[in-house]
Amino acid sequence: MTRNSMAFWTGAAVFLAAVFVMTQVVGNQYPFFAGYVILQFIALAVAWSILGGYAGYVNFGTSAFYGVGVYSSVFLVKAFGAPLPLQILAAAAIGALMGLALGVLTLRMQGIFFSIATIALTIIIETAITNWRYVGGAAGIQIQRPPVTAPFENYVQMLFFVQALLVVLAVAISRYIQNSWIGRGLQALRDDELAAECTGVPTLRLRLLACVISGALLCAVGAPAAMYLQYADPGSAFNLNYSVTTLAMSLIGGTAHWSGPIIGAILLGTTQQLLTVTISSEVNVLVLGLMLVLFVVGAPQGIIGLVGRLRGKKEGGA
Amino acid sequence: MFSLDLLLDAVVIGVLLGCFYGAVSLGLSVSFGLLDVPHVAHPAFLVLASYAVYFLNEHYAVDPLVAGLLITPVFFVFGLAAYRLYYETFEKRGSDAGVRGIAFFFGVAFIIEVLIILQFGVDQRSVTADYVGKAWRFGDFRIPYRLLVAFAVATVLTVLLTLYLSKTFMGRAIRAVAQDEVALRLMGADPLKVKQWAFGIATAVLGIAGALLIIVAPVDPILDRAYIGRTFCVVVMAGLGSMSGTLVAAIILGVAESIVLTLFGASWAPAISFAMLLGVLAVRPQGLFGRRS
Repeated sequence: MTRNSMAFWTGAAVFLAAVFVMTQVVGNQYPFFAGYVILQFIALAVAWSILGGYAGYVNFGTSAFYGVGVYSSVFLVKAFGAPLPLQILAAAAIGALMGLALGVLTLRMQGIFFSIATIALTIIIETAITNWRYVGGAAGIQIQRPPVTAPFENYVQMLFFVQALLVVLAVAISRYIQNSWIGRGLQALRDDELAAECTGVPTLRLRLLACVISGALLCAVGAPAAMYLQYADPGSAFNLNYSVTTLAMSLIGGTAHWSGPIIGAILLGTTQQLLTVTISSEVNVLVLGLMLVLFVVGAPQGIIGLVGRLRGKKEGGA
Repeated sequence: MFSLDLLLDAVVIGVLLGCFYGAVSLGLSVSFGLLDVPHVAHPAFLVLASYAVYFLNEHYAVDPLVAGLLITPVFFVFGLAAYRLYYETFEKRGSDAGVRGIAFFFGVAFIIEVLIILQFGVDQRSVTADYVGKAWRFGDFRIPYRLLVAFAVATVLTVLLTLYLSKTFMGRAIRAVAQDEVALRLMGADPLKVKQWAFGIATAVLGIAGALLIIVAPVDPILDRAYIGRTFCVVVMAGLGSMSGTLVAAIILGVAESIVLTLFGASWAPAISFAMLLGVLAVRPQGLFGRRS
């Protein structure tokens, strides 16, 4: 283990310990409700960047994966009363399969056509779920939470901790990919797919791998949301806002490094939580749009890029 | 129960609806089809135009179609400005313009949605005119006048735009810039000016299209999301940049939606355009009348 990895895993352990202590000490429920959403977006943004950032395939289907995660939990709970870990694992498996299907799509289309196809996929799946009576149809469905397991006293606190675990998992995978040959291969195919293929990078296998990993994580992150809200309906589970928010967070943070999406998600997620409480959820979407436009126009490499440029200047000056 | 009458009815309504879809897709056919701008905010501009028409109709009792004509010059200027911003920030810089462009236009679409919500609220809005709400009867057939009006205006609009692109000097220049930008530059023309003009035209057409949108059915602020599928489906199926193809593809979509609506009910309708779009992208990415081989 290198010093860098040591630091990373120590940080992850400290983070999880802090989250755990928080669930045991803090009595007020609100921080967990708000924190869950922010953690969820961190995990989504990190998972999204594996395909969207490293490989440069801009996936607008985050809401498709998220929604399928939600509804696979709904189905499992309604049909078998499945426990939370099983819900998450099942969602990850389904997400991996969906990712594979998405990977096959990349064979036929690239660039903006891929992006449009992922939007199309989202609406098609949403419509199918809307017409599936068993899981509630268009009206949505209520879900009963099972009793909470020790050492947690409250279900939302437990979900908060579970989501923190998912965040650490997603970040660890993303970091591993970036530092391994997979990440270098993905970056090569992002810069020039043909050149990468010619120099012996297995572009097809890498693309499929990125799609499967990203898809599995996105779906897994959606799975606990059914229990979090105790309710699911197709309109909100497949809301396009998830896709655009996730994309915005990654772009705002910067996709060149694994920490970019985390920074973006914390920044935008916290701002949105504050705005939702203090002003309204409409203004929330307005801020999302404005920040997306501002960063895409003014700082195409995101915050990571800005910091990099500042550092570069300093070193150049000295 | 399924009957031939019902099917015929669905086809007739579908053709009318299709022509209307053609009209709302024309602008995208120019901006995305000819100029390669990933304009996902096109439907948001469209809904914005509808609300402008609603405003004029509600407060000054202007006929929706006249209102559409009135806002056309404003939208033209708006289009010029929007393209300028897009060009300066993306095309000029080159690399991955498409990817950042689509994110940019999504941001713009969200901003427009929220501004409409803040100004007009989330309720559905519609216009009042003599031809809204009445129907033309012919035996057992019952065709709403609003669809007939949309059909007529849409057809005229398509013909005019096709003529403009094939007969006028500027129209030919627009098609030339789509075919070979470098050649155009060598002829001493400025591609940026031509493209900006083309984007202006594409946005101006939305003035009328927005009027049609609110004549055909009430609009709400997030209606643009449904029209992302419809407009992109039509433009991609037509083959990028083909105007007559746009009309044919739109009619195919309209008939398909109308038949599915009759047979399976409204809850499946949103998926039709997206499913067809996905199918076309997977099987025949160059579209039915594609300009690229």
